[in-house]
Amino acid sequence: MVNNRNQGHASHTPEGDSHRACRNVDSIDPIPRIADALHGKRIFITGATGFLGTALVERILHSVDSCQVVLLIRPSSRTSPERRAEREILKNDCFDELRRELGDRFATEALPRVTVVAGDVTHSNLGLDEHGMEMLAGCDIAIHSAAAVAFDSPIDMAVEINLLGPTRVAQAIRDAAPLRRKLIPGSDPTHLISISTAYVAGTHQGEAAEILATEAMARSASSRTSTTVTTEVDIDAEINTARRLRSDLQTASRHPDQLDRFTRVARKELGSAGPHLLAERVERLREEWVKKSLVDAGKVRSQSMGWPDAYAFTKALGERLLVNDYRDIPISIVRPSIIESALARPTPGWIRGFRMAEPIIISYARGLLKEFPGIPEGIIDVIPVDMVVSAIMAVAARGPQGMPPDSAPDSAPATPPDLQPEPALGGRQTSKGHMPTAKTEGAGIGGWTPAVYHVATGSRNPLRYGELVDLVKEWFSATPLYDADGQPIDVPEWSFPGRGRVQAQLKRSIKFLAGLESLIGSIPVHSRGQELAAQLEDQRTRAERALTYAELYGAYTETDAVFLVDNLLSLYNQMHEDDRREYCFDPAAIRWSEYVREIHLPSIVTHARVRTTPSRPRSIPRSERSMKAILSPERQMAVFDLENTLISANVVDSYLWLAMRRQKGVDRLAVASRLALQIPRLWALDRKDRGDFLRTFYRYYEGARIEALREDAMEFFHSFLMARSYPAGFARVRKHRSLGHRTVLVTGSLDFLVEPLRPLFDEILCARLAVSGGQASGGLETPPPTGEARALLLARYARTHDLELSESVAYADSVSDLSLLDAVGFPVAVNADQRLSALAKKRGWHTETWKPATRSTTQTLAIPPSLGGSQLSGRMLSRVLDMLPGEQLSTRGTSEQGNKVMPPGMSRTASAVVHRSAPPL
Amino acid sequence: MSPRPGYVLEVDRSTPPVLFWNGEGYLLEKLPPERSRIIYPPDPLHPLEDPIAKIRHALDHPMGDSQPLKTLLRSDMRLTIAFDDVSLPLPAMQAPDARQLVIEQLLELAAEAGVEDVILLAALSLHRRMTEMELRHALGNRVYNAFEPHGLLLQHDAEDPDGLILLGTTDHGEEVEINRRAATSDLLVYVNINLVPMDGGHKSVATGLASYRSVRHHHNAHTMTHSRSFMDMDHSELHSANWRMGRLIRESGVKVFQIETTLNTNAFPSQFSFLQRREWEWTPRDRAGFFASSKALTLMGDRARRALFHSIKAPMQLTSVQAGEVEAVHESTLTHVYRQQLVHVDGQTDILTMGLPYISPYNVNSIMNPILVACLGLGYLFNMYRGKPLVREGGVVIMRHPTPLAFNTAHHPSYIDFFEEVLADTTDPGQISKYEEAYANDPWYIQLYRTGHAYHGVHPFYMWYWCAHALEHLSSVIVIGGDRRAVKRLGFRPASTLDDALEMAEDSVGSQPTITHIRVPPLMMAEVS
Repeated sequence: MVNNRNQGHASHTPEGDSHRACRNVDSIDPIPRIADALHGKRIFITGATGFLGTALVERILHSVDSCQVVLLIRPSSRTSPERRAEREILKNDCFDELRRELGDRFATEALPRVTVVAGDVTHSNLGLDEHGMEMLAGCDIAIHSAAAVAFDSPIDMAVEINLLGPTRVAQAIRDAAPLRRKLIPGSDPTHLISISTAYVAGTHQGEAAEILATEAMARSASSRTSTTVTTEVDIDAEINTARRLRSDLQTASRHPDQLDRFTRVARKELGSAGPHLLAERVERLREEWVKKSLVDAGKVRSQSMGWPDAYAFTKALGERLLVNDYRDIPISIVRPSIIESALARPTPGWIRGFRMAEPIIISYARGLLKEFPGIPEGIIDVIPVDMVVSAIMAVAARGPQGMPPDSAPDSAPATPPDLQPEPALGGRQTSKGHMPTAKTEGAGIGGWTPAVYHVATGSRNPLRYGELVDLVKEWFSATPLYDADGQPIDVPEWSFPGRGRVQAQLKRSIKFLAGLESLIGSIPVHSRGQELAAQLEDQRTRAERALTYAELYGAYTETDAVFLVDNLLSLYNQMHEDDRREYCFDPAAIRWSEYVREIHLPSIVTHARVRTTPSRPRSIPRSERSMKAILSPERQMAVFDLENTLISANVVDSYLWLAMRRQKGVDRLAVASRLALQIPRLWALDRKDRGDFLRTFYRYYEGARIEALREDAMEFFHSFLMARSYPAGFARVRKHRSLGHRTVLVTGSLDFLVEPLRPLFDEILCARLAVSGGQASGGLETPPPTGEARALLLARYARTHDLELSESVAYADSVSDLSLLDAVGFPVAVNADQRLSALAKKRGWHTETWKPATRSTTQTLAIPPSLGGSQLSGRMLSRVLDMLPGEQLSTRGTSEQGNKVMPPGMSRTASAVVHRSAPPL
Repeated sequence: MSPRPGYVLEVDRSTPPVLFWNGEGYLLEKLPPERSRIIYPPDPLHPLEDPIAKIRHALDHPMGDSQPLKTLLRSDMRLTIAFDDVSLPLPAMQAPDARQLVIEQLLELAAEAGVEDVILLAALSLHRRMTEMELRHALGNRVYNAFEPHGLLLQHDAEDPDGLILLGTTDHGEEVEINRRAATSDLLVYVNINLVPMDGGHKSVATGLASYRSVRHHHNAHTMTHSRSFMDMDHSELHSANWRMGRLIRESGVKVFQIETTLNTNAFPSQFSFLQRREWEWTPRDRAGFFASSKALTLMGDRARRALFHSIKAPMQLTSVQAGEVEAVHESTLTHVYRQQLVHVDGQTDILTMGLPYISPYNVNSIMNPILVACLGLGYLFNMYRGKPLVREGGVVIMRHPTPLAFNTAHHPSYIDFFEEVLADTTDPGQISKYEEAYANDPWYIQLYRTGHAYHGVHPFYMWYWCAHALEHLSSVIVIGGDRRAVKRLGFRPASTLDDALEMAEDSVGSQPTITHIRVPPLMMAEVS
C-alpha cells in the first residue's frame, strides 16, 4: 500500500466537490465491490456499543445483505450481553432508518444476522467460552473497536483496554485458528482490523504518514520525512508499572495521613451527619483519589514520552505490541482522527454520546467558556463517523496485505505472560521489550504486512481551528441558545491565547473562588449568604469545567501534525465507482461550512437538550416534575425535620423560655449571666456530637415539675414557636395529610414541646424526659433521634407500619439530616445550609426555600412575657442578652444547634414553678 | 357646650391636603377641587365625670324590666360575668379599661352579697384566645391575679363539646348553642364595650358566647348581602338573626343582665393629636409632629413600626353606661354611639376614598394581613352608613394601605391557607362557602384555636362575607400602594398613586367623578340622605 503514495498526493488538494472526489480513477489493483467481498462473511466486532461500533453494525446490516455480525459484549452486573445489545445498540436511533426501511422484516431479516457473545477485552482470550471461541473461529474478519476513549482514563485501565486489548483479540484469533481450520477447511485466516487513532503519531508539527512506528524508527535513522513519536518504550515495564501503580496507590491511600486528610474533607462536607455516612464518604474520597492519581500519572507519563495523553499513548503502544507479536495474523490498522457526527449515514448528524468537541461547543454556546486555547491556523482534524465506517468496510473488503507466513500458526509463540490476567506479572522473553528495530521492518516478506490507514481530513481537506470557531460563532449568533429567563445568550469572542495562559488564568480564578467559598462557608450565613455561596460554587464549577476541557483537549486544538491519507486515498481509488459513491470516505467530499452549520451543530444542539427558543420549554420544568412526584398520591409517608424546617427555633430557645417563664426581673438576669459562662463548653460538645450535646443539655431539666413544663410548653409553642413557623412547611404537612400520606415528625426536641403539633402528624419521633415522682430526673426515657439514628428509627417505623421508604418523602434543612434524606425515595432539602445545598445539587434532590413567617413583634430571643410586677421587661432583657456572646453564635450551619445556651439553673426554676402566688382580691 | 359635630368639607383650591392613613403610617394627599368632599367625624364627646358613680347608678337603676343587680345576687348562686374580648375597643384604651371599671364594681357587689361561685368569661366567640397581657390589661392586675390562678378566669371555647349547650332552634331554623357555664348560671352578666353600632344587644351573648354551629346561621354571605348595613340594626339581617336567638336564649331561661358602655373617640394620645384634628386647624406643633413622625416612621423597620403603633393606648373615656334588660339597654346605648359618630351627608358619591390604619378588630397586637385589609375597608368602613351607602351603586372604593403579603402565623393560621387556596380559586363570597366546612372542622385549626392564640379556622371566611355587600355594590376596588400580588389575589386593582387610582376609577364611573373621603379614624358613621 505504501507504494501508492504518489497517487494519493495527486488528489491531495480538496476541491470541495464530492463528485470530483469520487471521480473515476483507473485503479491499479481494483478491489471487488464491498457487498460482493463481504457477501456471506461473518464479522466479529468488539466495542459495538460505542459510537463507531454502533454505526459499523448498522452499516453492515444495512448495506451487506448476507453478512453476519458477532458482537463481543461485556456482561454488566445486572444486564446480560443480549439485553445490552438490544438496549444499547439496536434500540439506538442509528437503526431508525433501517427499521423504517425494513418494517417487519427488521426482526425477521436483520436481527437473525446478529449474534451476541459474552466477553471482555480485558480478559485473556476475551473471556470467551467454548461457544464464543467457536463463533470467533467462524469469523472471517474481526474488527476491534473497543477502547477506553476518554482522554483522562486511569492509566491502568487504559493499559488494560487500549494497550493490551488489541493483542488479546489477536491472541484469541490465534487460539481459534486451529478450530477455524477444522470448522471451515481451506478458509482464509481471520483478518484483524484494529481501530487505532491518528494521534498515536503525537501532535507534533509535521506530516504524519500512515506508517507503523517500526517504519518511522527505521526512517529516522536516515532522513526523517514524517513525524511520529518513536520514543523507545519498554512496554512490559509500562504494563507492570501501571498495574503496580494501582496497588501502590491503594496502599498509599490507606496511609493514616491520607485517611486523616480524607476524613477532614468529609467532615467539612458532612458535618455531624453520622459515622456511617462519614465513613462512606471517606471511602469514596479515597477511591476518587486513587483514580485521580492514576489519571494524573497517565497524563504525566504519556507527555513525558511524547504523546498528548494516556489515550494516544496506550493506543500507540497497543499498536506496537500488536504488530510486533502477531505476525502470523493478518492485521490492518485504521487510525481515525477525531470522530464526529455522521455526514450522511445513517442520517446526517447522527451522533452517539457526547464526545470531545460537543461539550466544548455547547459550553461555548451557553457562554460558559470565555476563552479557550488553540492555534487559529492549526488544523482541527475531525472526521464524520460514516466516513470512518466506510473506510473500515473498504479495508475489510480489500482484505489483508501480504502473504500467509511460511510457518504454521501453530508454531506461533505462546501467549505472552502479560496477556494473562493481572496477577501474572512475569518477565518477557525479550528483555528489550517492543522497540521496533530495522530488522522487523522487512518482516513482511513471506508474512503479513500490517496495513495502516489514516482516516483523517487534515492533509486533504483541512479545517482550520480559527475557521471552525468562526463557523460556530456565526451559527450561534444567528441561532442562539437561550438562558433560563428566555434571553438569548451572547457567545464570547475568543482571542486564542496560549494554553498555558488560559490554564493559569482559570487556576487562579478557581483558587480565588474556592477561597471565597470556604470563607463564606465558615461564617454563619442566612438565605442571602447561601445564595451567594451557591453562585460562587456555580462559577467555580464552570471554571473547573473550562480548565478540564482546556487541559484535556487543548492539545487537540493546538495540534500541528498533519495526518497524511495516501493509503486511504489509494484504497479509495481502488474501489468500484459505485462503491466510491456509496462508501465515500474521501475527506475532500466534506464541505466544512455545510457540515458544521447544517449537520453537526443542529445535531449536537438537539442532543444537548438546551433551550433553543425564548419560550418556556414544552416539557415541564424539573422542579415542577419533582414536586408532582412528591405530591403524588402514590407516596406513602412524608417525614419532617422540625428545627429550621418547620420552625425557626432550637432546643435552647425552648429551655431559655421555660426556665425564665416563672422568674422575675433580677433572677432572669442572673440566669442570663450564668448562661454566658456555659457557652464554650456546650458549643464544643455540640460540634463533637449532637446526641451528647442534647443529653447533656436536657440534664438541665432535672427537678422540673413535668406538669408545669407541659403547661408552659403549650404557651411557649403558641406564643413563640408558632410565630417562628414556616407557613409553607405547615401547609405542606397538611397537603400530605390531605393526600392520605402518613406524616411523621422526627426531632431531637422533647416530647412535651412538640406535643401541640400532634394533630398534624401520625407519629412524632422525639426525645422523652425520664420522670420520677412528677419531676424530671435529668435522664432521658427515649434518646433524641439525631444523625443516623433518625434513618434507623424511620426504617423501623416504616417496617412496623408496612410502608416503603422508597415511596416516602423527607424534608430537612441540614447536612446532619443526611441519613434521613438518604433513606427515602424523595428527599427534599428545605432552607438548606450551604453543605446540604451543595449535596442536594450534586444529587439532583428537590430543593425548596420556605420563607419564615412575618413576625409581628421585635422579639428576637426566647424570653417569655414578663409577669405582672416584674421590674425588668422582656424587651430590656432581650437587649441585654443580645449583647452576650451567645447570640454571636446564633446562626450555625446545622439545624437545632445550640446557640443561646443556658447554665444549669432549672432546679432554681423548678422552685419558681412550684411557687404560684395569688394576691387576694 | 357640646363638642363640635361632624363636618363635610367641600374641597376647593385652598383646601390643604388631607390626611390618609396608610397602615403603620400616614401621609397627606390632595384631592381634586370642586368635586371632592371630606367627611370629618364629630369631636370626642365629653367623658363622664365620675364613671364609677355612673356605673354604680346604672347597676342600681337598670333599664327595661330588670331588677337592680343587688337584688339579683344571692350567696348560693352561680354567677358568670362575660366580657368583650380584645377586639374592643380600638385602639386598646389606656388603663383602666372600661371592662375593669365595670367588673370591679360587679365583683364588689358580688362580694357584698357573698356570692362564691363567680366565673369571669371572655366572650371570644370564634376569635383568638386573649394573652395574659391582654387579659391583665382588660381586667386589671387585681382582678386577674384573684381569678386566673384559681382557674376562675375562663375564655369561651366554641369547640369544647362539654362546654356548650344547645338551647333550641329559632323559628328560622337557627340553632342556638352557647357556653354551658354561662347558660347554666343563675345570672349571666355581660360587660360590653359598644364601639360601633353593630356591637352589643343580643349579639353580645348570641354571638360572643356561641359555637360555630350557631354562628354560621348569620355569619354567611346571604345574611351579609341582606344587611344594609350591618351597622344599622334596623336594616340588618345579622341583627334580626341575633335578636331571634337572643330572645330564644331569654325564653329558655337564661337570665342576662346586660351592661353596655360607650366611649368617646379620643383615639390617640397627645403626641399624635394631629391625627384627631382637621388639617386646616393644625397648629405648628401638629405640623411638626406630623412631619417628624412620618419621617421617623419611614426610617423604622416594619416590626419596629408595628410594635410602636400597637403599643399606642387610646385616652378614650366612658361617655355612658347602661345596664339591665338587653333590648332596652341597647336602644339607649345606640343613641350614645350615634351621638358620637353620626355625620349627616348629602347624597352619594361616585368614588369613596379611605386611608386604612394599622389596626382592625382582628389584628390587635398582630399583623393586618391582606384579608383583614379588605375587611376593614369593605366590611367595616364601607358599612358605616345609615340610609344609603356613601358610594353609589356601581361606584368605586379607593383604599390606601401597604397590604403587605404577611400573616401572623400564631393568630391567623387559617388565613394563610384561605389566601393561598380559597382566594386563588374565587373571590366571590357566595362561592367560597364550599370551602367553609373543611376549614371550620379542620382538627389542626381547632387545636390552634382552643389551645393557642389562633382565630377559628372559619374566621377568614367571615372576613370575606363581611365584604359581600360592598363587593356586590361596587364596580371596582382600587388599593393604593399595596403589594401587587396580595391586592390582585383579593380581586382588587393595585395603583401606585392616588392620581393613578382616580384615573383608573374613571373607567368605571366616567370622567369628572365626585369623590368623598372619609377621614377615619376616629370612627364615624354617615347618615346619607
